Amino acid sequence: MKRALTVAGFLLVAAFLVVAATTIRPFGEPSHTEMDDYFLSNCQTEVVANNVVTAVVFDYRGFDTLGEATVLFAAVVGVLALFRTVREDER
Amino acid sequence: MNRGMSIIVRTATRLVYALILVFGFYVIMHGHLTPGGGFQGGAVVASGFALVLVALGTAGLKGVLNRHLLQSLEEVGALAFLGLAFAGVGTAFFYNLLANSGSIFGATDPSALASGGLLPLMNWAVGLKVMTGIASILIVMIIGARKEAVE
Repeated sequence: MKRALTVAGFLLVAAFLVVAATTIRPFGEPSHTEMDDYFLSNCQTEVVANNVVTAVVFDYRGFDTLGEATVLFAAVVGVLALFRTVREDER
Repeated sequence: MNRGMSIIVRTATRLVYALILVFGFYVIMHGHLTPGGGFQGGAVVASGFALVLVALGTAGLKGVLNRHLLQSLEEVGALAFLGLAFAGVGTAFFYNLLANSGSIFGATDPSALASGGLLPLMNWAVGLKVMTGIASILIVMIIGARKEAVE
């Protein structure tokens, strides 16, 4: 029973991968290019930055970067709390 | 472990350390012009700090690599980033009010160093935050690992 389930699951995943591989879009042809074209054509005039990635990260989608910075802050606070020094008399 | 690694590694570290820091600050400073930015440049600078901590041992903890100074600077970076985000809140959160303004950081030529409006300032804030955050994580973990080894 267990073996049959394993084989069935394997075949299901394999079939899914084969279907996905045969119906995948060709490389370099995304289905939606409106956002990319907007960033590429307006980045130098709106944000006045040659690095489009930085313009997207810090200007168009700055809120994402704020979350990223919060994640780093939480990681630092967590590590500091984990490795904090506790004096003998406080134990 | 306290004295760090061999004299060859320590001498090479002293030679390469300044170059790593200069490259990291260059990546942060030119974040809006060339590949890279605050996160990447901050990680490069933090790798320089890691090199000093590994090669020199606890002797590398003197001076700038002070845990309390680094933690304060990390909060300064985070608050600066948040403050710059709130600077344009009259229009929208994260509105770039300095770009194209013609004043400071408002050059209209996208290849100029003083272009991009708030982007260079945000790069510096995030770079400061990343380099000091990763450095304080490294310092605390190295001190903790050494304490484990002693006990």
